[in-house]
Amino acid sequence: MSRLLSEEEYRKTKAFKIRRWYRGEKDPYLGKVEMKPQKPFTEDIKTQKQRIHDEAILRRNIYDIEHNKKLQIFSKFYKVVSIVFVFTLIAILLYVVSYLPPVGNAANPDNNEVASKYIEDGMKDTGAVNIVTGMILDYRAFDTLGESNVLFIATCTVLILLRVDNRSKKKEEEENDRLYEPKNDIILQKVAFFLVPMIIIFGIYVILNGHLSPGGGFSGGAIIGSGLILYVNAFGFKKIERFFTQKTYKWICFVALLFYCLAKTYSFYCGAHHLETGIPLGTPGDILSSGLILPLNICVGMVVACTMYAFYAMFRKGGF
Amino acid sequence: MEIFQIVLFIFLIVCAISVSFSRNLLNSIIIFMSYSLIMSIIWILLESPDLAITEAAVGAGITSILFFVTLKKIHAIVAINEDKEDKHVNRKGGGK
Repeated sequence: MSRLLSEEEYRKTKAFKIRRWYRGEKDPYLGKVEMKPQKPFTEDIKTQKQRIHDEAILRRNIYDIEHNKKLQIFSKFYKVVSIVFVFTLIAILLYVVSYLPPVGNAANPDNNEVASKYIEDGMKDTGAVNIVTGMILDYRAFDTLGESNVLFIATCTVLILLRVDNRSKKKEEEENDRLYEPKNDIILQKVAFFLVPMIIIFGIYVILNGHLSPGGGFSGGAIIGSGLILYVNAFGFKKIERFFTQKTYKWICFVALLFYCLAKTYSFYCGAHHLETGIPLGTPGDILSSGLILPLNICVGMVVACTMYAFYAMFRKGGF
Repeated sequence: MEIFQIVLFIFLIVCAISVSFSRNLLNSIIIFMSYSLIMSIIWILLESPDLAITEAAVGAGITSILFFVTLKKIHAIVAINEDKEDKHVNRKGGGK
């Protein structure tokens, strides 16, 4: 790094101070705040006895339910009030339900031009045979982006709550990986050997045919995720780490979400004036049709599958 | 078909009530699983197979597995076989 100022002069400039503060090299409290080591907690015998005595009295007062009139009255009162509360709530809810419009009535407010537009022009606009997918990933694609991001954020939150941060402990746990697994269960392993490929292939089928048949990214991803969980249960974390680690999870989620963002948010940044994608819609019914829906389905499916597996791994082991 | 639907709905209500009244947490999770399965059949009868697939995979599969793992993590599955008094003592000891 070349600098016009010499090192001594550079140290006096504000840029250096800001840089030092940004990198966290200097502790601002060090040497300026009076620091004392904490006193060890000592307690003489008299106060200790007093404290134990008080605790005993307190415990007797709380747990001796038969002689505690106030507690008895309170528990009865609590039961009565909770039952009354529940029934009042049920009555209010049923009363409100009676005001709802009847199901299937043509004059209902939900039978407006939006629904009829989706049903009539859905196939022409999006090219998807399955109207639901056309709606989720084309008309309402921004909502689905939010849902995928919610899943990602949920994984981050679980990671914060459940991660095992202690390095040495983690190493020890990884050495006897079987701690978390059932012992080599031959029935489970044989069943998983046949079932896991089928489950995962079915999940891939559901994702790829999302625009043709029922299903789509979310359901297919959940199916693949459950297949991965079955695999982990049967064969252990060591085997799955040959092809699925934290790094894989990070990259898959990152690439999928980024592709989704770039593919779908352009129209929102440009004011949503129904911009042309330039991608041909193809003939409805073909697997390579309906424009962006197929890649978006794959993205959502990958995010969901990884998230489901990540949840399981983090609950089980506190990491991947 | 109408009778079949009514039977399913009755089963659904029974499941929903027995989940909350079951003392054993493991049992209530399994009942919850069956609730999700019946719900997915009802989704098919209501002509929404998309939801049925999702319900079967998420409701009956992953959610229940996560519940099981959570119970194991908080040591609730082990404590079931012990006596009530033992549990009380354990909780007291653990709280300190």
